[in-house]
Amino acid sequence: MEIALLFSLFMSFFRIGLFTIGGGYAMIPLMEAEVITVHGWMNSSEFLDIIAVAEMTPGPVSINAATFIGYTTGGLPGSMFATLGVISPSLILILLFSRLLMRVIQNPSATSFLNGLRSGLIALILLASFTLGQSAVIDLPSALIFAALLIGSVLTKISPLYFIAAGAVLGLILFPY
Amino acid sequence: MQNQEIETSNSLSLWTILVTFLKIGAFTFGGGYAILPVIKREIVENRKWVNDTVFSDILIITQGMPGQLALNSSIQIGVRLRGTLGGITAAMGVTIPSFLILLTIAAYLYPLIRDNIYMEAVFYGIRPAVVALIATAAIKMGRPILHGWNGIILCAVLLVTAIITGIPPILILLIGGLAGLVVCKGACKQ
Repeated sequence: MEIALLFSLFMSFFRIGLFTIGGGYAMIPLMEAEVITVHGWMNSSEFLDIIAVAEMTPGPVSINAATFIGYTTGGLPGSMFATLGVISPSLILILLFSRLLMRVIQNPSATSFLNGLRSGLIALILLASFTLGQSAVIDLPSALIFAALLIGSVLTKISPLYFIAAGAVLGLILFPY
Repeated sequence: MQNQEIETSNSLSLWTILVTFLKIGAFTFGGGYAILPVIKREIVENRKWVNDTVFSDILIITQGMPGQLALNSSIQIGVRLRGTLGGITAAMGVTIPSFLILLTIAAYLYPLIRDNIYMEAVFYGIRPAVVALIATAAIKMGRPILHGWNGIILCAVLLVTAIITGIPPILILLIGGLAGLVVCKGACKQ
């Protein structure tokens, strides 16, 4: 049972690492699917909390999220398997297939493939913001926080850290205690 | 790559590589696009381990392949400095700080603060902030990518497909890629 859980944590995060192309928020829809939809390891609110913590701490966001989700799901071994899972595709591709990788990336068809894939990625990230939004935008104050920060982050290039900090402050003020 | 490896091996210890990437992992916030400039400053400008051209090549591969941007570029730099072992060392360096920090938070800090009413208020505000950031990522990524009607229509079709069928995201990505191959075959040049 325990080993089965560790194996599925590793495989889930391996798939997340393997299909996150372009980094950053590209991993959100994949992680949401693996962690919430397929395995039910946590709900949307817990997932958003973990993404926020992963964003506020140093280091790559998806490695941070993998460690945190791995720990809450399977303790210390869980965090190790999830983290190894998310970094393994990069290691394997670069260490074993770097020459093949170069040839594939320089092929014009690869550009067409990646362009099409990115259209799909945008659709998925939009969709993820709707599905995750249902557990975050739950009343008028949270809707106001969402709208204000969305406008701010679309129109400026300020670091995401400040928007999370702003969300925290607004939450303290507007929370229906 | 093989030749460069022979030229530069022995000159740098794995320990130096590890410490450098530990520092990068421990002191940069916000993932990929925030970390890349730090890697560039540290590796290209301060330590002069690789030059600008090599770093640009690394970035091109990094952005066209799966995985974390910071992790991919670190592994590639490690490989150029000390071969396979160098790559693994760089990966460990950039991963270990994340792992230890998040482990500490998940194991000790999070359980302590989770049931506090003020923390609940904080996360009540943070959740819509994160959703706003995710939506922003879609909008900002969309601007350069959805430059033509092909991209916009493909994105819309895939969005509707994902909503109606609920098929896994990986399939949506693959369908998008295959559609890109068919639609862009010679037609859309970048």
